[in-house]
Amino acid sequence: MLKPLYIVIVGGGNIGYYLSKALLSQGHEVLIIERDIRTCERLEDELGSCSMRGDGCETAVLTEAGLNRANVLIATTSHDEDNLASCQVAKHRFKVPRTIALVNNPINEKIFKKLGIDATISVTNTILEHVEQEIPAHSLIHLLTMSGQMEEVVEMTINRESPAVGKSIAHLRLPADTTIALLMREGERPRIPGVDAVLKENDRVIVLTTLDSERNLEKALIG
Amino acid sequence: MPGTEAIKQNKSNIVIMGCGRVGGKLAAMFDAAGHKVTVVDLDAYSFRRLPPTFSGTALIGDGTDEDMLRKAGIENANAFIALTQGDNRNVMAAQIAKHIFEVPRVICRIYDPLRKDIYEQLGLESISPTEVFADLLFQRLSQKI
Repeated sequence: MLKPLYIVIVGGGNIGYYLSKALLSQGHEVLIIERDIRTCERLEDELGSCSMRGDGCETAVLTEAGLNRANVLIATTSHDEDNLASCQVAKHRFKVPRTIALVNNPINEKIFKKLGIDATISVTNTILEHVEQEIPAHSLIHLLTMSGQMEEVVEMTINRESPAVGKSIAHLRLPADTTIALLMREGERPRIPGVDAVLKENDRVIVLTTLDSERNLEKALIG
Repeated sequence: MPGTEAIKQNKSNIVIMGCGRVGGKLAAMFDAAGHKVTVVDLDAYSFRRLPPTFSGTALIGDGTDEDMLRKAGIENANAFIALTQGDNRNVMAAQIAKHIFEVPRVICRIYDPLRKDIYEQLGLESISPTEVFADLLFQRLSQKI
């Protein structure tokens, strides 16, 4: 195991609690600073004596918490301004090497980084990224529409069921006004495919087509 | 001091965050002196502190929100003053004004003297009313006794 760290967590809410539990089980030394006495008592009952009552932005409280020997401070309250202040005080007054702030309003992520916080975690953005990954990839993604014309550039991914798998471009029943402009295959450089290029599963193609031909293009490449 | 020229000429843009007793009073003073004043507060009720003659703008909103500050005209402001009840809110808004919008003159109220020292070291012009008032009382009492 790595050298155990002394980690101070500001805020004993859900995130602070589960975070402490995980870090404790990894063998780290953890101290939670929490303002509310009831929450403190509950933390004490569940995790043993690893919490302290107080305002995690106050120098006196942080001194008592032994912040000058802390390796990491993580601010997890639901107030961005408090998380910012805790991290800044920790960094500039106690020279804590690594400060991490929870960001509730995603717009603040950029601001916090500019103000010197080492790492920010935006709950909203994290969830958003997962949602985007979970949604099945769109078969046809619009990349560009030529203004004033009917022409457009789209991206498509060849899946396993596609009727195009194993066929050369010459043998695809592509609409007349449609051209496969670029072929992207994993491990290879993107290239302009010739008519004899054979498509494989997971190939991505950039296609020049028209709005009217979109449906027939989808039929030919995706089925 | 940067921003002082425009303030001296009584035609600067001033954004005040927090319309409490101090914020309201300061807004009224700058307004009466002919400046263009915008006050931002979360609570519309706090605007009752502005005098009937107030000709500036009062906006309901969160001064730690970048978009809100933009609405308040922070991009053209000569001065920004953070006067809410929360030290951390003041500090955050003042830093956004100074480092993101590069407002020439930014002043921040921080009640906690220890936190004030830290932010002063970080280059944020700050005033601790706690310190100022305690000093004042101490001096007065020392003279009279």
